[in-house]
Amino acid sequence: MRAIETEILVIGGGVTGVGVAWDAALRGFDVILVERRDLAHGTSGRFHGLLHSGGRYVVKDPVSARECIHENRILRRTHAHCIEDTGGFFVVTPEDEDSDYPDRFVQACAETGVPCQEMAVSQALRREPRLNPRISRVFRVPDASVDGFQLTHATAQAARQAGARIFTYHQVTDLLVAGGEGDVRVVGARVFDAVRAEEMEIRAAMVINAAGAWAGRIAGMVGSRVDIVPGKGVMIATAHRLVNTVINRCKWPSDGDILVPAHTVSIIGTTDVPVADPEDLRIEEWEIRKMLAEGEKLIPGFARTRILRAWAGVRPLYRESAVTDDRDISRKFTLLDHQERDGVAGFITITGGKLTTFRLMAEKTVDRAAAHLGPRRPCITAETPVPGAEHGPYWLGHRLREVEDGRLQNQLICECELVTRGMLESAARLNPTVTLDDLRRDVRLGMGPCQGGFCTYRAVGVIHELKLGHGVTPDTEGSDWRVADLQSPAGNPGRGRPPVSGPEPVSSLADHLYDPNLLLRDFLQERWKGVVPIVWGQQLKQEQLDRLIYLSIMNVDHLPDAGLKSPLSDFYGVDVTPNDVLEEPHD
Amino acid sequence: MFNADTWLPPEVSLDLCIKCNICVSYCPVAEATDLFPGPKYAGPQAQRFRMAGQPAPDLSVDYCSGCRVCNEVCPNDVNIMEMNARARAALVAEKGIPLRNRLLGRNELLGKVGSRAPRLANFALHNPVSRVAVDALFGIAKEAPLPRWSTTGTFVDWWEKHYPHRLISDKKVVYFHGCATMYYEPFIGKAAVAVLEHMGYEVIVPPQNCCGLPMLSNGEFKAAGKLYDNNLRKLGPLAAEGYDIVGTSTSCTLTLKEEAPHLLDRHSETTQALTHAVWDIFEWIRDHEDELPRDFIQMEMVIPYHPPCQYRAHRVGRPSMDVLALIPGVEVHESHARCCGIAGTYGYKKEKYDIAMKVGQELFSFILEEEEHHHTEFNACDSETCRWQIEHGTGQESRHPIEILAAAYGLYDLETRTTL
Ligand SMILES: Cc1cc2nc3c(=O)[nH]c(=O)nc-3n(C[C@H](O)[C@H](O)[C@H](O)COP(=O)(O)OP(=O)(O)OC[C@H]3O[C@@H](n4cnc5c(N)ncnc54)[C@H](O)[C@@H]3O)c2cc1C
Ligand code: SF4
Ligand code: SF4
Ligand code: SF4
Repeated sequence: MRAIETEILVIGGGVTGVGVAWDAALRGFDVILVERRDLAHGTSGRFHGLLHSGGRYVVKDPVSARECIHENRILRRTHAHCIEDTGGFFVVTPEDEDSDYPDRFVQACAETGVPCQEMAVSQALRREPRLNPRISRVFRVPDASVDGFQLTHATAQAARQAGARIFTYHQVTDLLVAGGEGDVRVVGARVFDAVRAEEMEIRAAMVINAAGAWAGRIAGMVGSRVDIVPGKGVMIATAHRLVNTVINRCKWPSDGDILVPAHTVSIIGTTDVPVADPEDLRIEEWEIRKMLAEGEKLIPGFARTRILRAWAGVRPLYRESAVTDDRDISRKFTLLDHQERDGVAGFITITGGKLTTFRLMAEKTVDRAAAHLGPRRPCITAETPVPGAEHGPYWLGHRLREVEDGRLQNQLICECELVTRGMLESAARLNPTVTLDDLRRDVRLGMGPCQGGFCTYRAVGVIHELKLGHGVTPDTEGSDWRVADLQSPAGNPGRGRPPVSGPEPVSSLADHLYDPNLLLRDFLQERWKGVVPIVWGQQLKQEQLDRLIYLSIMNVDHLPDAGLKSPLSDFYGVDVTPNDVLEEPHD
Repeated sequence: MFNADTWLPPEVSLDLCIKCNICVSYCPVAEATDLFPGPKYAGPQAQRFRMAGQPAPDLSVDYCSGCRVCNEVCPNDVNIMEMNARARAALVAEKGIPLRNRLLGRNELLGKVGSRAPRLANFALHNPVSRVAVDALFGIAKEAPLPRWSTTGTFVDWWEKHYPHRLISDKKVVYFHGCATMYYEPFIGKAAVAVLEHMGYEVIVPPQNCCGLPMLSNGEFKAAGKLYDNNLRKLGPLAAEGYDIVGTSTSCTLTLKEEAPHLLDRHSETTQALTHAVWDIFEWIRDHEDELPRDFIQMEMVIPYHPPCQYRAHRVGRPSMDVLALIPGVEVHESHARCCGIAGTYGYKKEKYDIAMKVGQELFSFILEEEEHHHTEFNACDSETCRWQIEHGTGQESRHPIEILAAAYGLYDLETRTTL
């Protein structure tokens, strides 16, 4: 069995894990991060997309609010290109008029230092014409929209530049333990490399468990009890942007009360349902109905607009003791030093919190690790921009502008999201890739209205040509990992059509997993999964067309190699067995 | 018919697109040039990346000619052309308008100025030296089929002379002549008045101004709004009184009917009333077919006919073909070409002239084949700029169907374009 050594082993390639790896590497620690799938495959890639100003928490959880506004200001500098400065409104809708919440909100903003300004309703409506004209008050806060894929990737690249090694498709199957009764010490982990299909051991002086909603399972491997209540939240995206500002209801936080503009769409969310298993991402009909009904209160006509897709993420909410409503469990993050907590040395768990506060969580975590390993350099993440930040803040039109300037219209693979051939090639070459879904997180492949209808077969063709033609080293460790510019049509001119008989046929796609038909089937299935819950109206028409393309013309359900599976094929399956929560749970 | 309740703003109608590419395979401009990426890209796709208050990300939308082939073929009723027009307006608002487009948008002003000394103006504009200069200075293609000012006075000059002799009747109809008839082709208006009076109608020619279409299609929405509002003031009361308003220019009538209220977001009772009152002249004649005298003379002619693009948006079928078919001996052959290419002022622009000629090629070939097989003398088209383009592209003279109808009553000479 292969065995490697490091000082710090981070488990989990969500935003928390990459944040820890980045911070620790910058301080001079030797770091390895393992993620069992792709980066941001967990909650960090299934969240709502809001860079909190703190406004949402000012009344209920002032500590979180303070953390949010502090981090909000920092990330706008360090991760500029992942953030769109949309600003946010807190609006009082007719449903919420008879409450003292708005006044408490203003007061609490002042106390927590979250900038908040009341503005005239007419002015707000001029800026957002689709907003409910019956709102009675509007407050402006510095909310923003943040891309979780990009943020995670850019931070990972920064970590790599600082010397960290990052292995995707590497799953921790067990923790390595030394010592015995009273003197237990975690000394590493047993890891399964899904791409090479081999086991390995990673030995480390300190293991940091940043496995999000799965953190309880990791801790369980050494018998530490960490109670994570996975809180499932459902979100739905509209086919285009309805608003250009984050819209929050000005009321006690609950379901479906935020609408976030994210790239070309608007996302409403979320629900919050405790589930037993963090992999349980089933979406119930009532959840969809609820999101539509709540959306209607913010944007009249919302329930009739075209919905693209629904998905769910799980909140890693930690509880020390049983509490009933999981919104009341702390949204603050949880840092557990298992040596102090349950006498297991060399092991720290960091979980909970928010994407907005990931940097702060990482800082505190590495402080703690340094307390055990001996201090190195101080934390500098707050002053260190990640690669790509130099491009400045995101703006909606940038892709279209670059396609126009470079006259790249003929290079479009995904027409809806303006993904060019060059972008796709770069992503496949430079980033560890096992499924097309990995490329989706890199470049937004298949995320537009046709949901992969026209780009899936094109992308498979491009990848296949790459595989046959260009010499690229297989790489799930990402030696030439460049993710900061993948989103830019101009930054990725592409190599054009490769010669069919090129050098040794290799690519970053794992050989034994590589099969064009498998790529095709997996991605279609993955896209379909998110469409099923909302497939009515125009999206149904769209799926009929997509069905004609793939099932009638391409006969995809009878392609050869039907038995092949990728590590994610099962995950993409659509589970239609009814869940135990058929109706909205009431307390 | 325009209805404020069912009209979808472009940013909503983009959701209806299922990416089927049907529009792309029909768009004549996308076929003629790589500079235009096509209706799906410029319309529902690019629209998702445009945002008020941010710089306009795409310039290529300016290559859309506005011909509406896309709207007609789209199986999902996406208002592609309107989306493109609005995007162009945003571009114009941001970057300003080239002087050339300002000139082309000011059809009425040009008409007025040239009409003071039409012969001089014609010479000044139409000699080869000045065309080269205009091409170089303003970017108006030197080959493009610019019209000539009428040297026999404007339409209203004639109308004032005709006024005392006009037919007085209980049945009245309002005539909207538009700029082209006013300054360049008064004979079209004369033919129209002749036909309407022959039908027993008293014609009313109220004060009016340019419909605003040239400005709309060049993205000058503000200025176009002023023109529309002026017309609304002048024509609105007549519409409210229940008069029908007919026009010989398919583009003017379309603009008054729905183009202006759609693009400019003018939705009120008065605009609705105007929308309902305005008719394309042949749409109106077909609707009043029982009042149409049948004292036609035998004509014996084949006429290749091109339905102008605006008829697509009028959604009235082919009214002039229906009416001309009543004339004994007249055989109308419809062109199934998508567009003549000129699309208002599109083909006048230096950088678009070649595209416009390429787009028009399928129409030109049709007309030339007709000429060869049937020895046709004239072709017909309801829109003035189309006629000029067709004449330019084929060398064959083009007539408005109303001229043919007037001739069929012996009221008009097709050769000399004069009323008899
Ligand atoms: C519905 C919803 C909406 C949200 N909206 C917002 C918002 O708008 N703004 C905001 O700031 N926050 C938001 N959050 C919170 C935020 O998304 C999360 O707090 C954050 O993404 C958690 O990141 P993480 O890295 O801790 O967890 P994750 O992103 O889940 O990362 C954990 C990773 O560990 C990996 N892993 C698990 N087991 C193993 C193993 N055995 N071996 C190796 N790897 C393993 C998983 O694959 C996963 O990638 C939202 C959360 C939810 C659920
Ligand atoms: S209006 Fe005409 S030129 Fe413009 S996109 Fe449609 S078909 Fe093409
Ligand atoms: S024809 Fe209509 S539905 Fe089809 S791609 Fe064009 S705009 Fe979309
Ligand atoms: S000029 Fe005529 S044929 Fe050409 S675009 Fe206009 S209406 Fe169509």
